[in-house]
Amino acid sequence: MTAAKEFSAADLAAMYHKALYIRTVDEGIRGMLRAGRLALAMHPPTGQEMIAAAMGLHLEQSDYLVTIYRGLHDQLAKGMPLELVVGEYFGRATGACKGKGGPMHITHPASGVMVTSGVVGSGMPIANGLGWASQIKGDGRVTVTCFGDGASNIGAFHEALNLAAVWKLPVIFLCANNRYGEMTTYADATACEKVADRAAAYGPNMAGVSVDGNDPEAIWTAMRDAVARARSGAGPTLLEAHTFRLSGHYFGDANTYIPKDEMAEAVAKDPIKVVREQVIAAGAASAEEIDGWQAEFQAQLDAAIEAAEAAPFPALEEVEMDVYGVAS
Amino acid sequence: MSEEKMITFTEAYTRALDEAMAADPTVLLLGEDIGDKQGGGVFKVTAGLEGKFGSERVRTTPISEQAIIGAAIGASLAGMRPVAEIMFMNFITVAMDQIVNHAAKLRFMSGGLTSVPITIRTRTGAGTGNGGQHSDMLEAWFAHVPGIKVVVPSSPAEAVGLLRACIEDDDPCLFIEDGVTRVVKGAAPPPDYKIPLGKAHVEREGNDVTVISYGRPLADIRTLADQFAEEGVSVEVVDIRTISPLDVDTIVKSVCKTGRAVIAHEAVRSFGVGAEIAAQIQEHAFSSLKAPVKRVASKDSTVPFARVLENHFIYQPSDIELSIRQVLEGK
Repeated sequence: MTAAKEFSAADLAAMYHKALYIRTVDEGIRGMLRAGRLALAMHPPTGQEMIAAAMGLHLEQSDYLVTIYRGLHDQLAKGMPLELVVGEYFGRATGACKGKGGPMHITHPASGVMVTSGVVGSGMPIANGLGWASQIKGDGRVTVTCFGDGASNIGAFHEALNLAAVWKLPVIFLCANNRYGEMTTYADATACEKVADRAAAYGPNMAGVSVDGNDPEAIWTAMRDAVARARSGAGPTLLEAHTFRLSGHYFGDANTYIPKDEMAEAVAKDPIKVVREQVIAAGAASAEEIDGWQAEFQAQLDAAIEAAEAAPFPALEEVEMDVYGVAS
Repeated sequence: MSEEKMITFTEAYTRALDEAMAADPTVLLLGEDIGDKQGGGVFKVTAGLEGKFGSERVRTTPISEQAIIGAAIGASLAGMRPVAEIMFMNFITVAMDQIVNHAAKLRFMSGGLTSVPITIRTRTGAGTGNGGQHSDMLEAWFAHVPGIKVVVPSSPAEAVGLLRACIEDDDPCLFIEDGVTRVVKGAAPPPDYKIPLGKAHVEREGNDVTVISYGRPLADIRTLADQFAEEGVSVEVVDIRTISPLDVDTIVKSVCKTGRAVIAHEAVRSFGVGAEIAAQIQEHAFSSLKAPVKRVASKDSTVPFARVLENHFIYQPSDIELSIRQVLEGK
């Protein structure tokens, strides 16, 4: 077996490149909401970009993703075409799901984005099925299912992790512990110190890892190991990535339940600011290069928004289409 | 036809699964106790299938209904055709999120990019002395969710044909098996027998009254139709087979012909499948009606334990007979 690839300056730059792309899109969409050019329930991934970036860099296009309503970062990191995501946010016929799913239900199998669920904790049982299919086919695919710390208190979490361990499925349970489940703190809702501590309850088949999800090297390395473990058939991993939700639970959340000093500290540690300096210090990219990336991402986003705003709405007949497939 | 082979409902389910697995390597089975080591399921429907098709394709699960349905959904998204067994229909309530929010809606919400070709087999029915949490007929709950197909067989041959069709269908199907009649025998169908979903079956033609039903009550209705024939009353019997999507055309066509309709089901009366069928009839066949549409159903209560209470709870064949007589009199 070859030695695992170590984190390099190039990987740091790649992480930041993806994370900055996500932040640019996230900020752009929130800007549209503020400007009244878009109206929807948005659960921004602001501050959680490094986790998605690490996932995206270690997964293949053919690997499966099951994510949640706070899923923009995951969908983009997995490689979904931007115009399909933006089109869906705008509810247009050109969206990934023809405007029928919306931001909370974005799907794009060609990129491996199999399910986006609006129900907390419900993706984990489905991820097991994707993993089971890979196990039967021997196709070597890995399934990642993303959720927050709040979802670790739902019954489906237990059912899914137990089954994944019993069947030794190639599934990564990727928990973004962003300290709040909706408006309730982790400590007020969760009896154990870390979500990853719960892995022990599922025996040796389930690895439990807890890392700083905003530290590029830590999350990159943990993701590398979890993917290698799943792909080799060694079993599932519960990977907890500590992070913070900088834009609250939903767009418009006044965050009154977050102490001001906690928020100030989190803003100061915003990974997009912090890692930018790390990238420059490591010589992985210059400030000018990074500014160039951002300008390029902004141009891509502007083009996607312009295309979405010009695109037609779905035909009204769509309400009664895709309810069932063709008659058997 | 004198040497016609007979099979039980249970043998019919097993045969459909066996044939489907042999015909298509993507057909998988999962559920509690379904493997050979556990005896092939509480009701022995899957007995022998793990040995025949292997432990990859026939998986015993923990007692985890959400995980069972979720795994079926996920595998179906990856091109498989899983058949999940939920031991009793009341236990499906544990997995409602997976069924209602995901299985039923992923095709629509993805704009047709994905589909969920799963079959959920489950067993239920009052009359077994199992009380309030093992006996409910909850088919109306699922029929109320667009995107799911709900299927109930009324004979072993139908059981084979409809279950095969469910497994081959590209949408999630809920296949409901009756616990009381599982050892009742009927004629075995020919090999590879399939019955189209979404089509009601006019199993007996008549001119005076249409009786519409599905599942267990049809055995009573067949007997009653013979009795009424001796009185010179001609009963048309419509077995809807698929509750949802409902074959409204066949029902309406029959009621337009007879002008009288009695709907019978085992489920409780209020807000049920009978209500929907009655509404469809009045919307589409009002001018043909010679009498109000009658519903026969079990009482609006919890399935009780004591045999005397349980018998009193369940619809009675005499209720169906009385309703037929009433509509014949125009009341």
